[in-house]
Amino acid sequence: MTTSTPELPRRRRMRLRLNRQQVNGLIWQIVVVAIAVAIVGWLWSNALHNLSVRRISTGFAFLGREAGMPIADSWLAYSPRDPYVRAFIVGIVNTLRVAVIGIVLATVLGTLIGIARLSSNWLLSRLAAVYVEVLRDVPLLLQLLFWYVLMQGLPAARAAWKPIEGVFLSNRGLVLPSIPIEEANLWVIAAAAAGLSALYLLRRQLVAWQMADGKARPLWPYALALLVGLPALVSFGLGASWTITFPELRGFNFVGGLTLAPEYFALLIALVTYTSAFIAEIVRSGIQAVPRGQWDAANALGLRRSFVLQRIVLPQALRVIIPPMTSQYLNLTKNSSLAVAVGYQDVVSIANTTLNQTGQAIEAIALIMAVFLTISLGISLFMNWYNARIALVER
Amino acid sequence: MTSITDTPQNPLPFDARPRRTPGGRVIRWLRANLFASITSSIISVLLIALLAKAFVSLVQWGYWNAIWIVSGNQTGPCRSIRGLGACWAVIPEKYRFILFGTYPFNEQWRPALVCLTFVALFWVSSRRNWWRKELVLVWAAALVLIGILMWGGVFGLSYVSQDRWGGLPVTLILATFGLAFGFPLGIVVALGRRSKLPAIRSLCVLYVELIRGVPLISLLFMASVMFPLFLPDGVNIDKLLRAQIAFILYAGAYLAEVIRGGLQAIPRGQHDAADALGLTYWKKNGLIILPQAIRHVIPPLVNTFIAFFKDTSLVLIIGIFDLLTTAKTSIIDPAWQQFSVEVYVFVGLIYFVFCFAMSRYSRQLEAQSRPG
Repeated sequence: MTTSTPELPRRRRMRLRLNRQQVNGLIWQIVVVAIAVAIVGWLWSNALHNLSVRRISTGFAFLGREAGMPIADSWLAYSPRDPYVRAFIVGIVNTLRVAVIGIVLATVLGTLIGIARLSSNWLLSRLAAVYVEVLRDVPLLLQLLFWYVLMQGLPAARAAWKPIEGVFLSNRGLVLPSIPIEEANLWVIAAAAAGLSALYLLRRQLVAWQMADGKARPLWPYALALLVGLPALVSFGLGASWTITFPELRGFNFVGGLTLAPEYFALLIALVTYTSAFIAEIVRSGIQAVPRGQWDAANALGLRRSFVLQRIVLPQALRVIIPPMTSQYLNLTKNSSLAVAVGYQDVVSIANTTLNQTGQAIEAIALIMAVFLTISLGISLFMNWYNARIALVER
Repeated sequence: MTSITDTPQNPLPFDARPRRTPGGRVIRWLRANLFASITSSIISVLLIALLAKAFVSLVQWGYWNAIWIVSGNQTGPCRSIRGLGACWAVIPEKYRFILFGTYPFNEQWRPALVCLTFVALFWVSSRRNWWRKELVLVWAAALVLIGILMWGGVFGLSYVSQDRWGGLPVTLILATFGLAFGFPLGIVVALGRRSKLPAIRSLCVLYVELIRGVPLISLLFMASVMFPLFLPDGVNIDKLLRAQIAFILYAGAYLAEVIRGGLQAIPRGQHDAADALGLTYWKKNGLIILPQAIRHVIPPLVNTFIAFFKDTSLVLIIGIFDLLTTAKTSIIDPAWQQFSVEVYVFVGLIYFVFCFAMSRYSRQLEAQSRPG
């Protein structure tokens, strides 16, 4: 190679790239973006025209107006005289109430069924397989309607089923004993949460010390002090009462206790059972992805099967399980919007009512999208953080 | 024990032969699979008891105490056994409405034929050795035939307008057309998402993430309420078509992600080799990259198809008469109102048959494509 002509090939390559690919690419991009902008612009101008013809004002000013819509099941104080923005907040809380509890229950149930699917007990594994197949191959909406119809077919409040004392199952829903939450109780819960986070930090410190000098230090005295002692102290100090109120049947309805409305209960059952079938398959494939040799090695050490599963196989399987699990959590959250079919008022149902009352279609749909995109983003971020924590760090 | 090697006093240093459990084949199978350990035995006994109880009450409800036929709308006997037995009489009474909705009664052989055409089409498309170009022609011909049968108005068939369609054909139409148009859309978007051109890539990312980030029913609401707002005055698209468009957009986004997974699995060398041959972008992808990528992701594609087939039932919420909606409507009749469980079981079975067939097929494909 001579060093006299280094510039010539470089310049030629530059010109080639500019001529062929870059210019081509630029033209392609301009064309596609122009088409997209033209379509959106055309749709937008139509919408503006139609809105003005129908005398619908755009913007979110309607959120301040009186909603006048009743909401049957809500944890927040709400009356039909409240503004739309309050109704939306109630709807968001209702959506989260289904999604969060549903995710927890579906994970537990799905993991159990996934493990049962791999059991050496033929009957257990067959039954788990049947459960998965049946639930996966029937539409969720159909299952939801089915559960709702079953709920409605339950006996009336007077003849409610009582599986255990204080628990009633009737066409009014599920009624459970509960502890009334007052301000003092909230402080106790806050103390327990503070104790838990202090314990977490302490545990890290203890592990660090053990790493340094090899001496094991017991954690349980601290755990006892922080998780039991501290809340108990606060409880006595503030005089919080922890009496459980048992629901009672008075007249035609229940008094006291915590009531899960039939709509909510049916939605929760449908979401949990349906999603658990998918989670079971994810857990199964995750466990199967752990090399056989790990089992053999643990067995050779004489460890018990449940110990092997908990301490050796599941932690490794989690790496395979977490990414698809994230999409199942997102699916469950999005599927909770089917609430509208049984009349549970989640954010979608409330947005739909708003849309019918005010005609603010664009704003209502935009609100739904914003809420779900935010929740989805939150779940993804959390799961990605968790995934990064448990991911295999290779040297 | 007859063999002397089994006595503990005189063990052989090495005996790898598994000891034969006594008993016949059945007993041995039972011991290995149901009563291998104490825990396993307890689980087995509990499950058998539970299963027996469930089976007995199911047979009592669904068969023993069930009423299969009543004359006219006389549901009195059904109501008297409510909770004890099923009233299957609702199915012979309502099955025509459930399957075909409000399609003119005397013309219902046409949607029935449409359903058969769909099934034949699916069956033909599932044969691996028939996957060639002629299949596209078969599809085109079948879809035209379906259109002719449903609408009519030619060849002496009377015209039936779209708002009288209902039941199973609507479900099959929504699913099949959604996939038939969503698939090419998905391919284009997947390619766009892997493109080196930033503007095209971000448009594709925006599209996929927006659609996947929101619930399907908000897209359907959009199609049913918002779509008319976005069209010029006087242009009015039928509700079914609007839902169909929403489904195509939805399927496109989900299929794009599956196909993108396949594209990522193609080694760099394939691109380099195609570039070295001087192929254009479209030829490179159409002849070399895409066929391999799609073959990689056939099992997840079939799973997406299943999910999509089930999701078509959501049109119930915007009031389109698909299979689930006709089922729900068929029991509004006060005489039959209390027997929705039976109807839902019937419709659930139809959905199950379609989805189970697809999932079996996906399992089979997976087994075939597994190396070794």
